[in-house]
Amino acid sequence: KHINALFKKALCKNCGECQSSVGNQSCKK
Amino acid sequence: MVHLYEYSHQGKPVYLMWDVESASLSILDYAAFLCAKKKFETLNASQEKDYFALEETTRKEIENELSELEKDGALNAPALVKEFSKSTEVVKALCLHICHDCNLSCDYCFAGGGTYHTERDYMKAEVGKKAVDFLIENSGARNNLEIDFFGGEPLMNMSAVKEIVAYAKEKAEENGKTFSFTMTTNCLLLNDENIAYLDREMDNVVLSVDGRKCVHNGVRHAKNGKDCYDVILSNALKMRKARGDKKYYVRGTFTSQNTDFSEDILFLNDEGFDQISVEPVVLPDDHPLAIKEEHLDKILSEYEKFTENYLERRSCGKWFNFFHYMLDLEHGPCPNKRLTGCGAGTEYLAVTPNGDIYPCHQFAGLEEFRIGNVFSGISKASVREMFASQCVLTKTHCKDCFAKYFCGGGCAANAYNFSGDIGGQYKIGCELTKKRLEMSLAVAAIEKSDAFKEDNQ
Repeated sequence: KHINALFKKALCKNCGECQSSVGNQSCKK
Repeated sequence: MVHLYEYSHQGKPVYLMWDVESASLSILDYAAFLCAKKKFETLNASQEKDYFALEETTRKEIENELSELEKDGALNAPALVKEFSKSTEVVKALCLHICHDCNLSCDYCFAGGGTYHTERDYMKAEVGKKAVDFLIENSGARNNLEIDFFGGEPLMNMSAVKEIVAYAKEKAEENGKTFSFTMTTNCLLLNDENIAYLDREMDNVVLSVDGRKCVHNGVRHAKNGKDCYDVILSNALKMRKARGDKKYYVRGTFTSQNTDFSEDILFLNDEGFDQISVEPVVLPDDHPLAIKEEHLDKILSEYEKFTENYLERRSCGKWFNFFHYMLDLEHGPCPNKRLTGCGAGTEYLAVTPNGDIYPCHQFAGLEEFRIGNVFSGISKASVREMFASQCVLTKTHCKDCFAKYFCGGGCAANAYNFSGDIGGQYKIGCELTKKRLEMSLAVAAIEKSDAFKEDNQ
C-alpha cells in the first residue's frame, strides 16, 4: 500500500566479456 | 546501506528508497518515507513532527511492508562482496593513440593540444599491428576484445587506422576472437569517405561537439584560427545519419563557463542527436575553466532542471538517451565489474605512437606509469599490480557511499591528479556522480511507475 518496489535485487541477479567502460553497462552474458 | 531522498517532479515530491547492496529501488508515499528515514537515517525536526503525527495503524502497515522487503533481500541487504582481488593476467581492451597531433587546440585538453606534452607523433601501422598481437596474446580466454582509436585527432592518421583494423580482423579470425573498434573524433575531417569507413568498421563512434556554437567556439579552436563550428556540426550530423540505429555518441564537455549545460544537451537533441553525453571538465583548480567547489550548487541544480526536461522529452516524441543517466537495473554488470570500474591498468591499457604502454590514455607520457612497450612486453608489472590492488572495497571514501557500485570507485587519473594517489579521492567528481545517480534512479522509477504514467495520459 505504501511502497512501490519497482526494481528488486539488480545486483544479486548477476566472465569479463562485457564492454570496457559502470552503472550504465549491461552484462554481456 | 539504504539511501532515501526526495525528487521534485512536476512540482510534486517523489520519495525514493535505494538499497545499495541489492540495487533495489522503490517509490514511497510520504508516510513510508518518514518511517524508512526514521529506521535507516535521521529525521529532521519537521519530519520528526510529521512522523509522530502518523496513526499507529499506518506505522504498523509500513513496518510490515519494510520487513517484507528486508526478508526478500531487497532492503538493508548485507554486503554482497567482502573481499576481492583483481587479476593482471588478462587484457581485453586497448586505447591506441593513433596520432599525437590535432587540428584543434582546445582550452581544456588534458593531452596538451593532442601531443601529450611531447613532440607530434603518428603511430605507424607496424606499431598498431604489434599492439593487436599483444592484445590477443594477453587476452586469455576472453572472446570480446576492443580497440579504441584515440588521439589527438585519429582521422589525421587514417591510413594506419585502416591497416590496423584489417590486420586485427584477420588475426581475430585466426585466433577465435571478436574485435569491437571505436573512435573518438573532433569531426573536422569527417568527409564522405571517412564516414562510410567508420560506419562500416566501428562498433561505436564518439563525436566531440560541446553544444551551442558560443560554448563550443569559446573553448575549442581550430589551429588555423578559422571558425569551423558549422563544418563540425554538419559533419557530426552526417555521421549520425549514417549510423541509423548503430552506436554513436555526440560527446560534449561542460566547464565553469557553461554551468547552464542543460541548454547544450537540449540544443544537441534539437539538432537531431539522440545519443548524447555532456560531461564535466576535470582540470586543476587554477585553470580558468575548472569546476570548483564554488560551482557545485549551480551544477547540482542544473542536473535537477535537466532531469525534468529529460523526462518530458522522453515521453513526448523527442526521446533521447543521456549517457550518464543510463542504468541497467535488470541485467547490470556483475560485482567484479562494479568493484573495479573501468579496468585501467589491468584489463584496459593505452598504447602511444611509439608502442609504449600506459594504464590508460590519461597517464600517457608519465614515465613513472609506463608499463612497457608492445615490442618488448611488460617491463614494470608493479604498476599493473598497483592498479589491481585498488577497488571500491579498498577506498575508505567509498565505504559509506550509496553510488559506489555505479561508479566503480572513480577515475584513477582524476584521483592521482587531485590527491597524488590513484586510490585517492576527487571530491567534486564524487559529488557529481552521486547527484547523477540520484537523478537517473528518479528517471528509472518515474518512467516505470504506473502512477506517473497515468498522470501523463
